[in-house]
Amino acid sequence: MRLLTRRSLALGTAALFLSVGAAQALADRTLLNVSYDPTREFYKEFNAAFAADWKAKTGEAVTIEQSHGGSGKQARAVIDGLQADVVTLALAGDIDQIASKTDKLPKDWASKLPHNSAPYTSTIVFLVRKGNPKAIKDWGDLVKEGVQVITPNPKTSGGARWNYLAAWAYAAKQLGGDEAKTKEWIADLYRNVPVLDTGARGSTTTFAQRGIGDVLISWENEAFLVQKEFGADNFDIVVPSLSILAEPPVAVVEGNAKAKGNLDVAEAYLKFLYSPEGQKLAAKNFFRPVDPASADPADLARFPKLELVSIDKDFGGWAKAQKDFFADGAIFDQIYRPTN
Amino acid sequence: MAMSDRVLPLAHHPERATTETATTKVILIAIAVLFLAAILFLPLVTVFIEALRKGWGTLFESFSDPDTLAAIRLTLLVAAIAVPFNAVVGLAASWAIAKFEFKGKNLLLTLIDLPFSISPVISGLVYVLLFGAQGWLGPWLVAHDIQIIFAVPGIVLATVLVTFPFVARELIPLMQSQGTSEEEAALMLGASGWYTFLHVTLPNVKWALLYGVLLCNARAMGEFGAVSVVSGHIRGLTNTMPLHIEILYNEYNFVGAFAVASLLAGLALFTLLAKTFLEWRFAGELAASARRH
Amino acid sequence: MTFLPSSLRQPSALPGFGLALGFTLAALSIIVLIPLAALVLRAASIGPAEFLKIATDPRTIAALRLSFGTALVAALINTVFGLLIAWVLVRYRFPGRRIIDAAVDLPFALPTAVAGIAMAAIYAPNGPIGSVAQSLGFKIAYTPLGIVVALVFIGLPFVVRTVQPILEEVETDIEEASALLGASRLRTVFQVVLPHVYPALLTGFALAFARGVGEYGSVIFIAGNIPLVSEIAPLLIVIKLEEFDYGGATVIATLMLAISFAMLFLINAIQGWSRKKYGNV
Repeated sequence: MRLLTRRSLALGTAALFLSVGAAQALADRTLLNVSYDPTREFYKEFNAAFAADWKAKTGEAVTIEQSHGGSGKQARAVIDGLQADVVTLALAGDIDQIASKTDKLPKDWASKLPHNSAPYTSTIVFLVRKGNPKAIKDWGDLVKEGVQVITPNPKTSGGARWNYLAAWAYAAKQLGGDEAKTKEWIADLYRNVPVLDTGARGSTTTFAQRGIGDVLISWENEAFLVQKEFGADNFDIVVPSLSILAEPPVAVVEGNAKAKGNLDVAEAYLKFLYSPEGQKLAAKNFFRPVDPASADPADLARFPKLELVSIDKDFGGWAKAQKDFFADGAIFDQIYRPTN
Repeated sequence: MAMSDRVLPLAHHPERATTETATTKVILIAIAVLFLAAILFLPLVTVFIEALRKGWGTLFESFSDPDTLAAIRLTLLVAAIAVPFNAVVGLAASWAIAKFEFKGKNLLLTLIDLPFSISPVISGLVYVLLFGAQGWLGPWLVAHDIQIIFAVPGIVLATVLVTFPFVARELIPLMQSQGTSEEEAALMLGASGWYTFLHVTLPNVKWALLYGVLLCNARAMGEFGAVSVVSGHIRGLTNTMPLHIEILYNEYNFVGAFAVASLLAGLALFTLLAKTFLEWRFAGELAASARRH
Repeated sequence: MTFLPSSLRQPSALPGFGLALGFTLAALSIIVLIPLAALVLRAASIGPAEFLKIATDPRTIAALRLSFGTALVAALINTVFGLLIAWVLVRYRFPGRRIIDAAVDLPFALPTAVAGIAMAAIYAPNGPIGSVAQSLGFKIAYTPLGIVVALVFIGLPFVVRTVQPILEEVETDIEEASALLGASRLRTVFQVVLPHVYPALLTGFALAFARGVGEYGSVIFIAGNIPLVSEIAPLLIVIKLEEFDYGGATVIATLMLAISFAMLFLINAIQGWSRKKYGNV
């Protein structure tokens, strides 16, 4: 017993030092990419391609660490000190939060790279069960009685915010821009949501694995991925008449990258996203490349053409959209006010 | 009840007096077993069925994934720090509480118990508030380039907090019931304090200590909520096994997720087996330690 | 707590009090108290008006009500079945008793996230129990009922393990005496045996309740997370955090903490009281 206690004390102390050492050993040529949920498969492939490219150009080996989660959660982790060299999040609003709450990246981060720092885009579509038993064709069908809609919580999920805004844009157009009626329509939509997961992946699992709901409002790339993972004979993709141009942005977290001596590799990493190889991989993983010329035409052919609204033109940018819809007490919260 | 029954129940029905009829017994046992089957066994069995859905090969394959191995290593490291620490604290706390009288003992007991009933989310949150870049010590830590949350130290701290009472909770009632007479006798015979503690007190509580350590270890390896808040979820670096399960699950790798889960469930089973073995082997000593709470 | 006669007689007979208490307090302060103080101070720093506004927000109240309500229901279920299981384990001998006895601790040892995923698989409408419930016209997963099921799982061992040792202590003499005096078996059990167990049962209930209120890992997978309907308080804390609303998160956390602390203090007081009343069991 005596031995046990002494040894475990020594072990504990040693392990504590070891772990501090391990944390500092991060300062090697490892790059941390903090990303959102549906990009896992894409970055897995892209990281390998980039590491090979960097090795060929500089002779240096680089390892890319990945962290995935809800976009808002990931932004908060970076604000709280997660040592991300680059962030690749679901929406500009989350990177704006990092810029406003820390001095780790400049306020004009979005102007550092082409296309508002969004190397690929996506949109929002519907995923329904095979044969579309509830005959869902467009957003209007989602508020019908008896239709169960799966979408994550816009408070915690970036994808859910795009879902919400796409729905809002459709309703506003249909209802002639009447805000009160649009609000009511949105409230009807969320009344049809039986499970509000915290992230896009959670919702997909609820819909595809648990068999809940008739329609999943989903990232386009996520919908394709579900067909790939769960079999195309189980689900159909329905493209609504109108959707939103989702621009998931990327940025170097300069404060962290500089401190870790990673600025060069972090910048090269993001630039590589815009390279023909990066663009090709994006298209392969169901993201719409900003430079379609370098993508495989077969991959491009999968993307349907549809009318897309834009966050900047139609909603006045993320700062405004956040304040109008998702801030504490804003329109989304009003949906979930007790009605008594 | 008839008069004759009142006088001679024991003579006629020796069991009646202190037990139920056979039918009642069977019904009660059946209810207990059915309830446990639905609530406890089903989730456990589900884990193994899902893990084996694609056969043993896939199961072992998912263990050889480097990220899974990293998660297992991290989990072992965290438990290797948190469990001995809490064992030492538990021994110190139970020595002070069980062997001495002092003011505020009830308060101290309550504070030791507190982590039992704090939401794990809060257990993680407090360290973010303390050590996060926006937290109280954040600026100082950043200036000195020390990373606590989103790194191993933060995960260890959150785990220690969540499992803080486990060993103490096992030891205190046992040591209270044992009193202090044996230690006093040893001291009277000239033994030193440390000698008394190591050779009198420790042997008396060793099985309760071991059981506390087992439970503490199982919880330390399985903690999810608290660790999730402070981890940063970096693949292969700050993912513990439960977090890795969530990640695999989110990557539609359900077999992989349940494979790692089956490891943890296996650990749970091992804990229970070890405990049952201890009880069987040392029935007398543990009967006393069963009087915890 | 009880006053142990020996240490009352000779309060300084044993050495090491200062060291043991000092070490305990140091560890307690660093691991538990200082971090919790940071939480409370952070919540306090947002001012009473804002604190009250967040605390009385309908969503906060709904989440707290849900967390405490489902924990209460689950703890009540566990009290009934926990007592029954403890009774069966202590009083009866039957094949498989040892396995069942060991299995009661499973929720202590099984990681909550694993339990959550497994229970979601079981109780979802396409799961083995969920599909049966579906055909009977009700849903378990993604409703408050699902939360209750998860919390019953989490809390069960607290009741069984608190009641079991006490039940073992109850001498059968008094039952014999009661039976000899003509009491029916039912009456003997409820009026002679169980009163000894009530304090422990109450403690087990309170522990299961306190644990259930804060549970996150297992509930999150099965709850549905709809605001005002199936959104638990710990999830609301996480949501506030992810909105960068640290004030809101700390206020809800502080509320939960205060309630937990009050409950635990009550538990320990009950334990102290029961020790005095029923001897050192």
